Formats: sequence, C-alpha cells, structure tokens
Amino acid sequence: MQPIILAKNLTKRFGELTAVDSIDFTIHEQDYFGFLGPNGAGKTSTIRMLYGFSPMTAGQLKILGLDIRTAARRIKEQIGVVSQENNLDTDLTVLENLLVYARYFDIPRQEARRRAGDLMAFMQLQAKEKSRVEQLSGGMKRRLVLARALINKPKILLLDEPTTGLDPQARHLIWQRLRSLKSGGTAMILTTHYMEEAAQLCNRVAVMDAGRIIATGTPQEMIRERVGAEVLELRITPELDAQVLRTIADLDLETERYGDTLYLYLPEGHALAKVLTDRLMGINHSEMIHRQATLEDLFLRLTGRELVET
Amino acid sequence: MNDIFRIPSVSWRCLRVWQRDRDAYMKFFKLSLLGNLGDPILYLVAMGYGLGRFLNQMEGMSYLEFIAPGLVISSSMFAASFECTYGSFLRMIYMKTYDAIIATPLSIEDVVAGDILWGTTKGMISGTIMFAVVGAFGLIDSFWAVGIPLLIVLVSFLFASLSMAATSFVKTFEAFNYYITLFLTPMFFFSGVFFPLNRLPDWVSVFSKLLPLTYAVEISRALIYGKPSWIVPVGSALLLAPALFFFCVSVNLMKRRVIQ
Repeated sequence: MQPIILAKNLTKRFGELTAVDSIDFTIHEQDYFGFLGPNGAGKTSTIRMLYGFSPMTAGQLKILGLDIRTAARRIKEQIGVVSQENNLDTDLTVLENLLVYARYFDIPRQEARRRAGDLMAFMQLQAKEKSRVEQLSGGMKRRLVLARALINKPKILLLDEPTTGLDPQARHLIWQRLRSLKSGGTAMILTTHYMEEAAQLCNRVAVMDAGRIIATGTPQEMIRERVGAEVLELRITPELDAQVLRTIADLDLETERYGDTLYLYLPEGHALAKVLTDRLMGINHSEMIHRQATLEDLFLRLTGRELVET
Repeated sequence: MNDIFRIPSVSWRCLRVWQRDRDAYMKFFKLSLLGNLGDPILYLVAMGYGLGRFLNQMEGMSYLEFIAPGLVISSSMFAASFECTYGSFLRMIYMKTYDAIIATPLSIEDVVAGDILWGTTKGMISGTIMFAVVGAFGLIDSFWAVGIPLLIVLVSFLFASLSMAATSFVKTFEAFNYYITLFLTPMFFFSGVFFPLNRLPDWVSVFSKLLPLTYAVEISRALIYGKPSWIVPVGSALLLAPALFFFCVSVNLMKRRVIQ
C-alpha cells in the first residue's frame, strides 16, 4: 500500500536555528499518527511543512503521492487543517465561516450548505448557527475549527494541538468526534504534549525532541520496550537511593531518580511487584505507588524528566 | 532581493478572497460608508461653501467647483488606503485570516492580491458615491466626465497596492501613523486638491510633481470640466506604472512576511 505521507531528511531551518533536523517518517492510510514532544521540539514546524504553510529547507516530502513543492494546491485540496490558534473569521457567523471556507475549495453553494448543516450537527453547533465567533466558548470555537477543516471531506486531517487549553468535557467531546472519523477512513496526524490525548487517539506515535524523531512505533510496543509493563514510584530521600539499589541489585531493574521520587521500571512477565514491595517496606519512605506504565513514562524517559523551558 | 521585484503568480482564486471581504463588508456597510464618505462630503460642504464664500474665483471657477474633482479622487485614495492598511493588517495579524486561507487551495499570493482587489473596490465605492454627490451639486459640465470611473479604478488600485506594500513592513497599528501622517495626508494637501500649485514656491511644485495624486487631481479636473489635454494619457500612465509595480512588490513582500 502506498503511504499517504512520505518524508525523507525533512529539514526546517530558521536562520541559525534548526527546528526540524532531517527527520524521516511514513504515514499510511487510516493511520492515526501523533507527534509527541515538549514545546520547541519541532512538532508544529513539521506539521506546517505538511500543508505547505512553511516551505521546507531540505529533504523530500510527498503527500498523497504528490510533491509539496510543486503540487501544494492539489495537496491542500485534499487535506484539512486544525491549526494551533483558532483562526476563525471573526467578521462572520458560525454558518458563514463554514460557507466562506467551502468557497475556497470551490464547493458549490448547495453542496456547501448541506455539508455545513451536517458538520454543525456532528459538532453540536446547530444552536449557534447564527452566532458570531466571539460569542462562542473555547470548546465551541475549537469544534468550529474542526468542522471547518472537514468541509472539503479531507483524506488527511492535520491537527496541531487540537485540545490545548480546553476543559475536560470540551476535550472529551472533541476526542469522541475524532475517533468517530476513523470509520470514515480519514487519516489523522496530530501534535500534542498531552500523553492522554495520544493514548486516546493514536495508533502510532513519533516522539520528537530538539528537532529529531527519537523514537517511533505503536504506543503499547514503545512503552513495553522502553519503559516496561509497570512502574513503582518511591518517594524517598536521595540519601537512601544507594541502599535501595543494593537491596534490588539482583533483579536487574532500570531505575531513575527525579526530584523527590525514585522510579523503578518493571519489565513484563515477571511478578516482581510483590517481591519489591516486601523488600522495600523495610526502608523508610513516605509513599509507594505501583501502577501501569503509561505513554507519559515513555515520553518522560525519552525526553528527560527535567522541565526544559524554551 | 530579486524575488521582491518579480511578477508574482496570482491565480483567479484571489476572487475568493475578494468575495470573503465583500461578504464581511456587506454586514456592516452602513457604518463603513459613513466612515469613508463623512470626511470628503464635509470637506466639500465646509470648504467649498464655507471657505468658498470668502474667496474669489480660483483658476476661473468657484472654489466649490475647484475642489470637487480632487475630493472625489482623494476619497478613493483614502478608502483604498485604509482598507489595505488597517483592514489587511487586522486580518493578517489579529484575525489570522490569511493563515486560515492559505491552508486551503489558495496561495498567499492569491490572498494578498484578493485583499488588494477588495481595497480597490472600497476605493471605487467611495469615489463613485462622491462622484454622484458632486453630480448632485450640479458640478459636472462635460461629457468627458465619463472617464472619471476609470480614473477612480486606477487611483484605487494604485493606493491599495501602495498601502499593502506599507503594511508588509508594519509591526504595530501605531506604525501606520508614519504612512498616513507623513505620506497620505501631505499628499492630500499638496497635490492641488485645495489650491493651485503653480503659484507656490518652486520646491513645493517640485515636491507635488513627485506625488501620484497630483496627476490624478489634474486629470479629474480636466475630465469633469471638459478640458482634456496631454495630462490625461500621460498622467494615467504615471499612475498605472507605479500601481503595477507596487502591486507586484507588495504581493512579494507580504509573501516574504507571512511565509517562513
């Protein structure tokens, strides 16, 4: 099967700064692909190159078999974009936003009205049809941006941090809608720094850091391989680390100290939790948490638990 | 640098942007018209009737007659300029309309060209209404005045393009003061709208010869009062050339600004 997106040595430089540093990735039909990474990792720069907003500095980028440098218009006809900022047309109402946007795609007026009606229903915006954009809540604005991105029935949907800044209800509604698009066969590429979002939506993820893809795969595989099945969090003073490590030396576990916590990563298929808790009970700690490994652990293991402000 | 001066590839799709701007305008056009036309009509009445009472004939006509053609033309200049400065800047920076549109099959060139076409249209709306007002005052005495709408198109297109070029450099709303106070307003006063230029000190008439509005005002007077001369074709060429030049340059400059 031909990939819908094929990127080779994709590079983006802004003057001295290399935002995207020669990355490769392949995305297939019906993939729900997530770019994860801290702020400044190059996620937004990558997605902006995908819709021709930002010209690539070097490399190769084919979307739906077309070269972005020569066929941007034909590519853009077939994709939908939810950009990081809500760039709705504040001069217009909800319905007008959809109709005017449809016109950019040369969708005939009758058809545009039909699609706008369907999309407003799908996104629970019918009651707001005649409202101006300023009158909408944050969640409604985001839903309208998403509705607008679907007006041309895109083969690929690009979402740059689709739910950042939304409250939990608003976020879950958008996730539900995005999941329901899967059955329609739309591929989806999103950037996020919410691990829960990636876990909810993506079947494949690429973790980016400092302009590079540092790992890629399905979330489950990557967590299993690079983190383990379970995590034991031990709140304990750093002075006791050495004692803990001696106690568990024979188990050959990966460990990591960050802040007030010592993390122990438990591989799959071993009933180590019981053994560990028994042994660690004797050492003075304030709290012990035993839980499933998550995408968050993977992300933090790969990009470092330090908070990097950029 | 070279890519600033080349001919941009603009497609017919720029009309989609023009339609968008028109649709947004139609929602508030009464308010917008008041802003565009209040000033020139006030100038016509206050200066023409008010100041005109105290003045003898100017260049063989009443003061009202003298200033009417220039006010038609300058109303186009201001309407086109405001649209492609404040209007376009608002859409580009605050509303992010440009960003939203270039995610569709339209290119940034289409978007900027569409906005310039819309600015041109705004200038045409103002100029045409002012032309009608001047006609209602009974000030048009020549068949040659049929050329005025074409002149209005030309002036509107020139100032829409010029203003868009200014907008491509502007970082804040306040910075438009430079363009408006140091360029448009002096042009309004020193291009022969309100007084003849030939009896002023040499440096003033040299300065005024550098202002495109000067030619437009001369042409408008020649047409409205039926005294066509070489100024009509030559002046038109002197308006068209910079209009085309600044159209290309402004589209390229805006592309450089928006696409990074």
